Amino acid sequence: MQEKSLSEINERIRDGSARVVTAEEMPDLVDELGPAGAVREVDVVTTGTFGAMCSSGVFLNLGHSDPPIKIARAMLNKVEAYGGVAAVDLFLGATQPSEDRGIEYGGAHVMEDLVSGKQIEVEAQGAPTDCYPQRELETCLRLEDFNQAIMVNPRNAYQRYNAATNSSDRTMYTYMGTLLPGFGNIHYSGAGVLSPISNDPNFEAIGIGTRIFLGGAQGYVIGPGTQHNPQNNFSTLMVTGDMKKMSNRFLRAATFHKYGPSLYLGVGIPIPILNEKLARSTAIRDRDITVPVVDYGIPRRDRPSLRMVSYEDLKSGTIELNGKEVASSSLSSFQMAREVARTLKEEVEKGEFLLSQAVEPLSGVGSARPMKQTKQSPNVGDVMSRDVVTVLEDIPVEKAAKLIVSGSFDHLPVVSKDGRLMGIITAWDISKAVASGKPSRIAEIMTRRVHSARLDEPIELAARTLDTHSISALPVVDKEDKVIGMITSNHLSRLFARRR
Amino acid sequence: MKLMLHVAPGIVRYPLIASVILETSALVNIERASIDAVSGEIVLEVPTEKCVEVKEAFERRGVRVVPLEIPVIRDENECVHCGACVSICPTRTFRFEDWRVVADSGKCIQCGACVMGCPQRALKLVLK
Repeated sequence: MQEKSLSEINERIRDGSARVVTAEEMPDLVDELGPAGAVREVDVVTTGTFGAMCSSGVFLNLGHSDPPIKIARAMLNKVEAYGGVAAVDLFLGATQPSEDRGIEYGGAHVMEDLVSGKQIEVEAQGAPTDCYPQRELETCLRLEDFNQAIMVNPRNAYQRYNAATNSSDRTMYTYMGTLLPGFGNIHYSGAGVLSPISNDPNFEAIGIGTRIFLGGAQGYVIGPGTQHNPQNNFSTLMVTGDMKKMSNRFLRAATFHKYGPSLYLGVGIPIPILNEKLARSTAIRDRDITVPVVDYGIPRRDRPSLRMVSYEDLKSGTIELNGKEVASSSLSSFQMAREVARTLKEEVEKGEFLLSQAVEPLSGVGSARPMKQTKQSPNVGDVMSRDVVTVLEDIPVEKAAKLIVSGSFDHLPVVSKDGRLMGIITAWDISKAVASGKPSRIAEIMTRRVHSARLDEPIELAARTLDTHSISALPVVDKEDKVIGMITSNHLSRLFARRR
Repeated sequence: MKLMLHVAPGIVRYPLIASVILETSALVNIERASIDAVSGEIVLEVPTEKCVEVKEAFERRGVRVVPLEIPVIRDENECVHCGACVSICPTRTFRFEDWRVVADSGKCIQCGACVMGCPQRALKLVLK
C-alpha cells in the first residue's frame, strides 16, 4: 500500500513542490491513476463549503472599564450578547435577533459589520459589586478595539443535510428557505463533492487540532460538533478561529424570511493524501452522497421522508416526487464553496498554509437523540369537546342556524355521508347569507378549505394553526378524516388559565 | 416582452385591457394583477412585435407603462450565488450557469417572491 507522512507533505508545501487539487478535481484523477497512483501524484485535496451555519458565535473580550463593570447584560447594535461569562467576556450568537430591527438584523450582522471594519454601539448593564462598582456604560467599538474576538462555532460543516419540501397547502418559511405549498419546490444545503467531512467520513485525517480555513482565516477543529452523528453520516464539527483575521468575503450575515438571522460562513479543510484509503475517500462524487427529501409540511420532529436523492440529483435542478417534476435549488452556495476550496488550494501551494497533525481523530460515535421531555403538554384529544354536531352539505341554511342556536357553539363541521370532513360553516357565514337575503343550502356558503387538527397532535400545533389562519375553532379528525371532535380557542384559553 | 402597467386613480374602473386588446388585436396574457378601489398594478406579456403599439395604446388612456427589461435589481456585492431564488420563482427567471445565478430578462413578473426569499437581501424589484 502506497503511503507517505504528513511531515513529508509539509516539507513539500514549504518548498513549493506540493501537488494540491480540489475535491472536485480528485475523483477524475483517482479514476485515471488509481488510488495508489493518486497517492503518488497528489499531496493535498482541498474541500470547501459555504452555507448557513446557524450554530456559530464569537467570544468578545471588551477590556476593563474605569470604574470597572461586571457586565450582566450587553447589547451590541441592540443585539443581546450573553454576559454570563466573567466580567467583560461576551458570547454573541449568530441567530440572536435585534431589539429594534428584529430578524432583519441579528448577531450574524454584528459579526459581518465588525469584520467589515464598521463601528458598533455597545450598551452594557452591570451587576455592581465592591470590585466592579459600575452600573452601566455605553461605548462604540471596532473589531480592533476588542482584546479578543474568537469565533467558536458549536456546529458547523454538516457532512450532508436533509433536502426540504412542503406537502402542506400553505407556503412555509423555514431555515431551509421558502418552501412552496403542494411540493412546490425542494431546497437543499451542502456542497456535496466539496463537503469537507464527506471527503473524510471516517476521520482518517480530520481530528481535534486540524488546521482549517474558517471565514477567510486559519482556524482549528476543536472537536466533534453538537449533534455529531457519524453513525448516520451526519457528522458535524466544532471549530474556532480568530475573527480579527476573517474576511467579509467568507463571512456573510443572512436573514431567512419569517425565520431569523443566520451566518453564511466559508469552511474548508485540507486533506493530506497519506494513503490509498484517503485517496479513495476524497474520490467521492455528488452521486455517492445521498440524503432524504423531508416533508417540512409536517410540523413535527419526526418529519416523514419522501425519498432518497443524491447531490447529483439535487444539483440537476429537478427531482421527481410522486410522479411530479419538482424544481430543486440550493441554499448554500456551490460557487462560494469552490472559491473556498480554490483559495485554500492556492494558500497551500504558496506555502502559506501548513497541514497540522490531529491530536486525536474525531469520534466515530456521536449522539443526536431527541429531547427527553419530562413535562408532556396535552394533546388535542385531551382537551377537545367530543359532543360535536355535524351537518350534511345539502341541508338548508335555516336548519344549520337552528342547530347553532340550540347548541350554543359557533362552528358546524360539514361532512359527507360517511362522516368525512368536507368544510365548515360558522355563525358569521350564516348571518352573512341571511343578510344578503339569499340563504339557501349549506354547500353554497360553507368554507371548503377547512383546517383541522388530529387527536394525537400536541395542542401547541393546534394553537399555531388557529393563530396562523386567524380562526377560532378546528374540527378534529381521525386517520380517515372523519370528524370526532372540535377544539376551539376557548378550550385553549381555559387550559392556559388553569395552568396559571 | 413584459409590460408593467400602473393604473392611476380615476381610470381604474375602465375596461382598459379589454379596450386595448380590441384596438390592437394583440394576444396579451395577464401575468399578475393587483387592483384595488383606487389604483392598480398589472403585468402583461405582450408579443414583441405588438409591444410598441400596445404600450402607446395604454399611454393614450392615461396608464403609465414600464417595459420590464431588467428582471430584478441585484446587488452584486451581496449576492453569494446560493440559489435560494431559483426554485421559488414562479416563472423560472433565475438559473445556474456554472454555479453562478443568472437572471433571464423577459420572464420576471415582479411578484417579489425572490426578494423575500433571498437570505442576503440582495434583490430589489425594479419599480419598488
